[in-house]
Amino acid sequence: MAEAAHRYDETMPLEYRTQESRLNILGFWIFLGAEVALFATLFATYLVLFQRTGSGPTAKELFEVKDVLIETLLLLTSSFTCGLAVFEMRRGRLSGLLTWLLVTLLLGAGFITFEIREFIHYVHEGATMQTSAFLSSFFVLVGTHGAHVSLGIGWMILIIIQLLQRGLTPRTARKVFIVSLYWHFLDVVWIFIFTLVYLTGMVI
Amino acid sequence: MKWSEFFVTGEPLIYAADVAIVLTIIGIVFVLTYFKKWKWLWDEWLTTVDHKKIGIMYIICAVLMLFRGGVDALLMRAQLTAPNMKFLDAQHYNEIFTTHGTIMILFMAMPFLIGLMNIVVPLQIGARDVAYPYLNALSFWLFFFGALLFNISFVIGGSPDAGWTAYFPLASNEFSPGVGNNYYAVALQISGIGTLMTGINFLVTILKMRAPGMTLMRMPMFTWTVLITCVIIIFAFPVFTVALALMTFDRLFGTQFFTMANGGMSMLWANLFWIWGHPEVYIVILPSFGIFSEIVSTFARKRLFGYKAMIGSIVGIAFLSFIVWVHHFFTMGAGPAVNSFFSITTMAIAIPTGVKVFNWLFTLRKGKIRFTTAMLWSLAFIPNFVIGGVTGVMLAMAAADYQYHNSYFLIGHFHYVLIAGTVFACFAGVHYWYPKMFGHLLNERLGKWAFWLFMIGFNICFFPMYFLGLMGMTRRMYTYAAGLGWTPLNVVATIGAVLMGIGFIVFCYNIYYSARYGERDMTGDPWDGRTLEWATASPPAHYNFPVVPEVTDLDAYWAMKKNGNGYEVKEEQLEPIHMPSNSGRPFLISIAFFIAGFGLVFKWFTLAIIAAIFIILGLILRSFDDDDGYYISVDEIKRTERLARKGA
Amino acid sequence: MGVNNHHETFPWKHIVGFIFSLLLTFAALWVALSSGLSAGAIIGIIVILAVIQASLQLFMFMHMTESDSGKIQTINMAYSFFIAVVVVAGSVWTMSFVL
Repeated sequence: MAEAAHRYDETMPLEYRTQESRLNILGFWIFLGAEVALFATLFATYLVLFQRTGSGPTAKELFEVKDVLIETLLLLTSSFTCGLAVFEMRRGRLSGLLTWLLVTLLLGAGFITFEIREFIHYVHEGATMQTSAFLSSFFVLVGTHGAHVSLGIGWMILIIIQLLQRGLTPRTARKVFIVSLYWHFLDVVWIFIFTLVYLTGMVI
Repeated sequence: MKWSEFFVTGEPLIYAADVAIVLTIIGIVFVLTYFKKWKWLWDEWLTTVDHKKIGIMYIICAVLMLFRGGVDALLMRAQLTAPNMKFLDAQHYNEIFTTHGTIMILFMAMPFLIGLMNIVVPLQIGARDVAYPYLNALSFWLFFFGALLFNISFVIGGSPDAGWTAYFPLASNEFSPGVGNNYYAVALQISGIGTLMTGINFLVTILKMRAPGMTLMRMPMFTWTVLITCVIIIFAFPVFTVALALMTFDRLFGTQFFTMANGGMSMLWANLFWIWGHPEVYIVILPSFGIFSEIVSTFARKRLFGYKAMIGSIVGIAFLSFIVWVHHFFTMGAGPAVNSFFSITTMAIAIPTGVKVFNWLFTLRKGKIRFTTAMLWSLAFIPNFVIGGVTGVMLAMAAADYQYHNSYFLIGHFHYVLIAGTVFACFAGVHYWYPKMFGHLLNERLGKWAFWLFMIGFNICFFPMYFLGLMGMTRRMYTYAAGLGWTPLNVVATIGAVLMGIGFIVFCYNIYYSARYGERDMTGDPWDGRTLEWATASPPAHYNFPVVPEVTDLDAYWAMKKNGNGYEVKEEQLEPIHMPSNSGRPFLISIAFFIAGFGLVFKWFTLAIIAAIFIILGLILRSFDDDDGYYISVDEIKRTERLARKGA
Repeated sequence: MGVNNHHETFPWKHIVGFIFSLLLTFAALWVALSSGLSAGAIIGIIVILAVIQASLQLFMFMHMTESDSGKIQTINMAYSFFIAVVVVAGSVWTMSFVL
């Protein structure tokens, strides 16, 4: 296996062809494992604190189904289109790849826009990060996810520029693949935010 | 902010430190300029991505931090020697025990071991570098500047003073209004990012870059322990990242996580801190176990006894390390179910650890033991660590812990495991691998002097603490009344601490002495070693191995020596070697982290944002970077190898 | 190890994954808001739905098991899931005793 690692393997998809690429992809998976631990800690904090609302509003008073559902659908769809981008890349179609990446980007930007609107709305209702332990943990958990999405958007823009400059090479293909892992992972995190923060908040 | 608030004032000790710092900086700048070494420093060290050089830099920093933390310890012991001492006031004492703990764990023990990992692991697995050399440099520089940020706190702004555990509400703005705890939150965050990246880097390196033939079950024990340590780092450090971020938010932006009002929960900090903190102590003990395993096996001239049981034990310890954290706050009173659960899991850790102790003992049995300095440290580790371990099991009993909690009994316990475990391992490892790092051996005679002074001093210093704890002396008290009966044992402890300090000085002198007069290692294999790092020259060429070795057995190099002439390289086997290019960017990005961190500490947000922009710029440049490294030509390898052989 | 899907011309796997994700999302929404079950039951069900949907992403979109490191990647995610459960459940359990 160690010998195979040094070979330039033509039968593999472009993103796996060099040893460096294979190492980077594996390393990124490991990093995602660390990210799971990071978000788990934020979830733990939120779940410990979410009923400790002090004099501020409760989750039930604050959350609205419609906004959350729109955000969820935008992110879910973007994860799907990001998958399509990688699918197109594996067929060797640069134009398809670029199109779907662009769609993903726009959906991500839409998600962020709605999230910022949601936050502004809460602040106008007097629910800020400083109001109560519940709101501190809510804003930091959801905000950390939002910051990740924003970072992902910036990262994807860089990769699109590189694709336009350099075309599909083992290096750019690996970068697309890694950013796609990141993007899907953010959707995984959002599924749990949707479930454990919003839906649970509306039930209890 | 006034200058008098910016700089710490009013303490003669601090003024002396100010002068010392300024003189040291002037001295370094003068020496570098006078000997025209600036370019050398930049090309050879600041921009290097070579794991061996990075490892050496880690160890140099760790030894400096051992000095700093040790001075803190001696100041504390001086203050506690006699009742009602006026040497330090309460505030100063609080700052000193805080920085002592934080520095020893995060800026001494861990970097020391990471330094040894850096030097040894790629060599042991027959690799030419780590999986991500650039990231490795970034890890180091983030650690370096994190440590620097933490250390400047004692002359600029004031040191943290809420203990290394920084419990809330004490660490909140309300009770710690200065910038000290901001330093704690930000500096540890910066170096923590570096540690996490090291974990990922070495995990992938060990899993993917082993020489052909080295299956997982043929990996040297040190490499195994590093692998498992990396797993712990990867899953424990993100928890600390979050805990520190929440602390930062509470202190800088007024959130309510750990506050006393509006729903905040102080104990949540303790909970998060120890979810990281307990695995953290295994991060510093597992590689130590690995170091002892290598040394015991080499100097007993025997294969490690119970290799598979050892691996099973470290995997078991890694698993258990994540489910014991509540034993650090049994006295919070979480009810019988919680305390029983965590009590049992904690005691269970003694089982795999006990298995390991027996394995070392059986490795020694009927071995041809050579009492080198490295071996002395390893042999001393076993009984001393067992004392620490057994008292740990006493503490694990939740009901009994209500008596021991936060007494000097606890202080005795964790110094026995951390010093006899980790610090002994660092000394042992340095003596053992020193020829690999610098091409010459450390003097054995001086090494043994340092060992006996330190080891005896250690026992004189910490054994009385168990009794002081049982007599009612609690940790972190800055003075005590006469007539409590604590004085004699405190005097004894201070004498022990002084002996340890002398031992450390002898060790440092040994470094200087050996550099001048030490025996050169011409063979590359001064100890008749068993693993692949001894197959290379001392110090190894930049590319480690001219030809990647084939592994056929657990003790790979031992097998090569028994079945033939060791690791032989025929010139016709040589091929050009691909190596990564140096880069100054990790260093520069880490400076930006330092500046951003400094801005956050003092709430100078503009400065922090400007520095953050530079960080992002560095990341963008990295993304567009398509430097693929370079090749070392066969001719150059031939030249290097011939030169190394001529030396032999 | 099953990396090679050059020959597929239509992204069936992705479309099926997407449809299932939508179904699971709306199922969770319905259970939470309209099922009329007890709070405990609701949370139990929606957490299970979330775990299924997350696995869907990992297997269908992220190709977790492909490449020669597939096994490591899978063990890594499984272990991180274990850690997540320990951190969340352990914290909630222990901290439930704080007033």
